Amino acid sequence: MLLEKTSAWASFTSGEWVKTIDVADFIRLNRTEYKGDDHFLVGPTQATERLWQQILQLTNEERQRGGVYAVDAKTPSTILSHDAGYLNRSLEKIVGLQTDEPFKRSIHPNGGIRMVNDALAAYGFEADETVTKTFSEYRKTHNQGVFDAYTPEMRAARKAGIITGLPDAYGRGRIIGDYRRVALYGTARLIEERKKDLKARGGFLSESMIRDREEMNEQLRALTELTELGARYGFDLSRPAETAQEAFQWVYLAYLAAIKEQNGAAMSLGRVSTFLDIYVERDLAAGRLTEETAQELVDHFVMKLRIVKFLRTPDYNDLFSGDPTWVTESIGGMSEDGRSNVTKSSFRFLHTLSTLGPAPEPNLTVLWSTQLPRGFKEFCAKMSIVSSSIQYENDDLMLPVYGDDYGIACCVSAMKIGKQMQFFGARANLAKALLYTINGGMDEKLKIQVAPASPLMLDEVLDYETVMAAYDRQLDWLAELYVNTLNVIHYMHDKYSYERIEMALHDPEILRTMACGIAGLSVVADSLSAIRYATVRPIRDADGIAVDFKIEGEFPKFGNNDERVDQMAVDLVTLFMEKIRKHPTYRNALPTQSVLTITSNVVYGKKTGNTPDGRRAGEPFAPGANPMHGRDTRGAVAALTSVGKLPYEHALDGISYTFSIVPKALGKDEATRIRNTVGLLDGYMGGTTSKGHHLNVNVFDRETLLDAMEHPEQYPQLTIRVSGYAVNFIKLTREQQIDVINRTFHGSL
Amino acid sequence: MIHSVESCGTVDGPGIRFIVFTQGCPLRCQYCHNVDTWEFGCGRRVSADEVVKEAISYRSFFEATGGGITFSGGEPLAQPEFLEAALTEAKRHGLHTVIDTAGSVVPKNIDAILDATDLVLLDIKHIDDAACRVLTGRSNANTLAFAKRLAERNIPVWIRHVLVPGITMSEHFLRQTGEFIRTLGNVERVEVLPYHQLGVYKWENLGLAYPLTDVLPPSSEETDTAQTLLESYLC
Repeated sequence: MLLEKTSAWASFTSGEWVKTIDVADFIRLNRTEYKGDDHFLVGPTQATERLWQQILQLTNEERQRGGVYAVDAKTPSTILSHDAGYLNRSLEKIVGLQTDEPFKRSIHPNGGIRMVNDALAAYGFEADETVTKTFSEYRKTHNQGVFDAYTPEMRAARKAGIITGLPDAYGRGRIIGDYRRVALYGTARLIEERKKDLKARGGFLSESMIRDREEMNEQLRALTELTELGARYGFDLSRPAETAQEAFQWVYLAYLAAIKEQNGAAMSLGRVSTFLDIYVERDLAAGRLTEETAQELVDHFVMKLRIVKFLRTPDYNDLFSGDPTWVTESIGGMSEDGRSNVTKSSFRFLHTLSTLGPAPEPNLTVLWSTQLPRGFKEFCAKMSIVSSSIQYENDDLMLPVYGDDYGIACCVSAMKIGKQMQFFGARANLAKALLYTINGGMDEKLKIQVAPASPLMLDEVLDYETVMAAYDRQLDWLAELYVNTLNVIHYMHDKYSYERIEMALHDPEILRTMACGIAGLSVVADSLSAIRYATVRPIRDADGIAVDFKIEGEFPKFGNNDERVDQMAVDLVTLFMEKIRKHPTYRNALPTQSVLTITSNVVYGKKTGNTPDGRRAGEPFAPGANPMHGRDTRGAVAALTSVGKLPYEHALDGISYTFSIVPKALGKDEATRIRNTVGLLDGYMGGTTSKGHHLNVNVFDRETLLDAMEHPEQYPQLTIRVSGYAVNFIKLTREQQIDVINRTFHGSL
Repeated sequence: MIHSVESCGTVDGPGIRFIVFTQGCPLRCQYCHNVDTWEFGCGRRVSADEVVKEAISYRSFFEATGGGITFSGGEPLAQPEFLEAALTEAKRHGLHTVIDTAGSVVPKNIDAILDATDLVLLDIKHIDDAACRVLTGRSNANTLAFAKRLAERNIPVWIRHVLVPGITMSEHFLRQTGEFIRTLGNVERVEVLPYHQLGVYKWENLGLAYPLTDVLPPSSEETDTAQTLLESYLC
């Protein structure tokens, strides 16, 4: 049945989506799968080139100004805080900026006023007195709330860095509003539906019902503000989008409202390309678009996503380097109807890496299935080889868990769009926990008691069984403390920094996950392996604290497809997850965990002493689930196979593997390299015994990076994948650059 | 005895391959870039079953690219019992099998080995016997006879030939090599490999004097010319 009632839905195939808010159903019924190759793609228009030049110039100037171009320190950012802003109104097909000027950042004090003022000071701007007074005296922030509830033990754990990266002073992020709903339905319909949801919550008002009612009214207010934001740019968002250009614009403005309201650690976009392709196809058929103007829409949309800016402290950038915003867009994947979700616009989005050149944002994420059309697989491989800007996540693993309309938040966290959110929980440092096990709960660096005191392990040689038994108890303590800490954080975030517009673009009833995480997996696996298969003697200081370890003999190392140690890594993931599951969570969230460090592997390493695997104090951990640098000596496929063994069912928030290979190692010519890259992905994700969840693919020589360190000005767009996201290499700190260079490059001679 | 393995080989046969480098080689090629595989009697002892078991764990990579297992070296034919057992076991599990050899030793069980071999990468070091003795320390007679045996059995072969300026890089020798290839009939591909010096540090590590210090790698044009020339002899 074709819909002719409104021009917005003319020629669309009707279904459930007409009656209820159901974007996934709309996509299934209306998308045009594309099975061909990339020959149809065209280059950028002149307008695109001019706008991109303008952005490159602003980027350059921003770098010269020390990292921040301008800030409005007086006006806390809200959906309607700033007037409309433009890059170049006559050229832009998609409009909207976070403030009234490009590259001018804004402040988000709801997370914490100190963080805002520290960031302003660090970049040479003055804090505003009125704002400071307001958010200190009249309006409590998330950060204040958290610290009112933190226990002394939580503070100590945070200080020592056994739990760290916690979103207790900044926006938690990792919530994906279903921005497509605004384009498909218009805000008027969304408001109407939410009013019905609100009305249904009457009678006896339990505490959770009271909270629901308050939140829903906030959501309704946010939808009204979004409509007003549209009006400022001259659009009527209350009605559905009628053209492709409007669909892109509506989606973007909804996303813009979210980033104006929240400075979340990761502000991911979801899965918009296949949705938008339906509008593009309709306009192409009607002669309203050509391939050139279709690509232009994608380019202008993507350009806006590339210039999302938040004001953050240099401390924060130590953790998450390169100014990342994680505007993650998930592309491809299969549908529950058996066909793929690959459309021509899946190609067009990846093609922006050519039309605009490589860039870290948006965080282009291909949902890889061995069943994807060959032409698309090869195009992805080709773009990875030239740009190192794409990450891959295993759709064959995720589809059975999340269905066919999930997106990736941040790096590796899958969630059903509009039906699920997560409470972001950063990560616990398992390597430090191992040292606490040996040192009676004393921190090896700060020399303070962090975990409850237990006897020092004074054996001359560490005994595997003894260590494992004690480590198990140490992890019991850590898991409980960790979940408790996260409960505090998310209680306060909901209370003081609620994501109104993002939650307005969710169903009224959603699944929440408590997304825990672990760092130092390969360090601990190798340490336990050393203790078991070699002889490890602790070297103690005067206080009896093991400050170093003497290792005699050989031991298997994670990353070489050696069952003896790979199984230890598998067991660790399972063990910690089981411990996490034992604890009650805020809002009954479902506990999950990730094996992901982002670039914080460097900071975790800095805060952790010598470990029994031979890693030196201060040396970075391997990122995510990576084998330790240089220890994976049997080649890329062995390393991939080891990582692929980690059990996804015990790490549903994702298992990140960042992989670097030199071009030559992929084969002699381009066709072979493409085929082998496709083969590496199919082999890694589609193995019989080993199924990898995530892979960052970097293809370059170490020499390129060394040269970029010396001559950054020659590499303004050099992009590399780090851990679940991409960065502009020259924006990394020197320490992080060296860390990247020291990682294993498969195929180096 | 093996020297090492590489789980992501992309140049020694089709697709992604698990490469087993055996330890020990009877040749002493002046340009050898893996001198650490020369010596017999050292290395790591592994069983044929163990090697194949590891290869099987990479099956999904092989299937996605048309890859398999490759025995290289060292000289794999110098460990004929191990090679026969490993190849046979690999074939039993349906893996594509390759041996990368210079054919300088031809063991007694060669037919059993070839029964389980899908493709041979045959390295013709030098077509001229006297020059071959200088370059490798041995005659090329075994290699050429082995090539003919492979042709008789109609086993697919990729001929490899290292292009060394002043040693193999002459039109005369290349044409002579080409003429020989033309007589075989089972050659699917020729690969001209440009000489390089990336393995020189290994000579230094072992306290050996590198004989070709003054020889520079061929240019890519020279390599392309030689490649085109040899390819012209393929039927």
